[in-house]
Amino acid sequence: MSMILEAFWIWIAALLTLAIFSFLWKDNVFYRTAEHLYIGVANGYSITLIYYNVVLPNMVYPIRGANQALSADGFSWGLLNPFNDHNYFIILPMMVGALYITRFIPSVSWMIRIPIGITMGYYTAIAIPASFKASIVRQLEASILTRSDFDSWSVVFYGLLIFLTTVATLIYFFFSAEHKGALKPISEIGILTVMVGFGASFGLTVMARISLAIGRFIFLFKDWLGVVS
Amino acid sequence: MLAVLVGSGAMAQEIPAEPAIETAPEPEPIPEPPPVLHPPRNIVAQDVPHDNGGVLNIQWEPPIEGVPVRYVLEMAGEDGFFQEVTRTALTQYTVMQLENFVPYRFRVAAVYEKGQSMSPETEPVMARDHWLKLGEMPVLIAIFVFGSLLLFFIQAARRGVELFVRRISGLTAVEDAIGRATEMGKPVLYVPGTSTIEDVATLASLNILGEVARRTVHYDVKIICPNKDPIVYTIAREIVKETYASEGRPDAFDPDSVFFMVPDQFAFAAGVDGIMVREQPATIFLMGMFWAESLIMAETGASTGAIQIAGTDSVAQLPFFITACDYTLIGEELYAASAYLGREPMLLGTLKAQDYGKLVFLIIMVVFTLISVFSGYDAASLVRVR
Repeated sequence: MSMILEAFWIWIAALLTLAIFSFLWKDNVFYRTAEHLYIGVANGYSITLIYYNVVLPNMVYPIRGANQALSADGFSWGLLNPFNDHNYFIILPMMVGALYITRFIPSVSWMIRIPIGITMGYYTAIAIPASFKASIVRQLEASILTRSDFDSWSVVFYGLLIFLTTVATLIYFFFSAEHKGALKPISEIGILTVMVGFGASFGLTVMARISLAIGRFIFLFKDWLGVVS
Repeated sequence: MLAVLVGSGAMAQEIPAEPAIETAPEPEPIPEPPPVLHPPRNIVAQDVPHDNGGVLNIQWEPPIEGVPVRYVLEMAGEDGFFQEVTRTALTQYTVMQLENFVPYRFRVAAVYEKGQSMSPETEPVMARDHWLKLGEMPVLIAIFVFGSLLLFFIQAARRGVELFVRRISGLTAVEDAIGRATEMGKPVLYVPGTSTIEDVATLASLNILGEVARRTVHYDVKIICPNKDPIVYTIAREIVKETYASEGRPDAFDPDSVFFMVPDQFAFAAGVDGIMVREQPATIFLMGMFWAESLIMAETGASTGAIQIAGTDSVAQLPFFITACDYTLIGEELYAASAYLGREPMLLGTLKAQDYGKLVFLIIMVVFTLISVFSGYDAASLVRVR
């Protein structure tokens, strides 16, 4: 029985793989079926995942625990402490989150701006220091050459290459001046450097994608058709 | 052997026995007293100041006498049971990944060849995160410098000072691309990336969405905006709706034009591909943060003959956009886009602040390199984040 079931699912997976691949020819009914199935299954899976990983542990369990503590021991201020596992404080962010649903009620749909404002403000505050730290200050530190970078010729070469191309790239992304005069050749070196980097990245990623495609073909020829051992 | 030879044959002679000598019995050996094994002294457990928390620093002094082979540090959490943390030859250890505001006790055993000696326990000590993180001071200074530049340029823009921004070809094409959609009577597809709202690229993309929506209102072109993240979707929808309202066309806003599709990466790519081939948009914007789905969408868009303008700060995906799209905004250009398109004083001020911020960092890089190379002083340590 299990063999039959396994074979059944392999057939389903193989046919869906072929249906998706058929898009390489043109949009067709098989691709559309697979696409809609994929989106539907992915949405259903995500909702289940969010229910078990977010809704239950972050909303239901704290309130249920707080209810049990209240009925067993009576009221205590700890039930309002957000740092406790079981608390009623969670109701406040739940209410703010629930304001997202107000967009379905035109008369109060303006209230959706409250959770959006909080979300945007919160995440912007998180993103800006993190970006400064990772993308600016750490890069700045790594770009500064020290005397030890001049210990050997090879180190000197690479150190100076990185330093000068960093300067050229920064000048390319300087928008307050036209790329004319002395800035023109420097900015051209900058964009050339960027393109060399992209070329290397392109080759590396294409290799990874080809390995993914090979994996799918191995599934088709080995697990499904059995023509490859 | 000698006795056999002596006691055998004719040559054997009788040897007179010597008188026995009485000797005193040997005294019992007195067992050596067990060596005194001294424990480590003065164990101090302290929270590391000005950090993110979760770290305690434990220090101790060597025993008053004797040289231990090593030390064994033990820790007890809330359950009270001591467990070994590390074995070390040093007299200091930093315990990491602890829970903040949980009391921990420590003790250290000095291990000798003949045994070990345990120190007394420390008082309970808690790790905590601090408001001021001195190790991140360069980040604070950088934000302060950038913030000052931002305020300065916004004020300058509001005073009417002309702020020059050079031509960015990818953004100049936005107007033409939407105009093309108008002429062809086809919609504009705008994908605001596949990341969440905390991504800077997503925030930049949503700013550009407002400007693109403004142009679609002017040209009366349909905009289609599928979303992968529910929060990004809500914000994108509000932005487009607000833009229609602010342009005096709230009636023209189609509530179904901005929609949530699916949170799965490749299911989203499959869905967007479907829209591209069925709706045949004249112009496709792929702006924001993308991952492996970038090439799938960009290739499909290219096959439909649409003008594609992409923009991302993802270094891994930029090569795919450059090869498959007509125009690509590379990194900083994405951040500059909304200011460039909108020409509002506030946004232009941010763009100029970005530019002069880069200039400041460029100068620091060159000057600190010269100082480091010619004086030998490690100037990079001044901007090091710990």
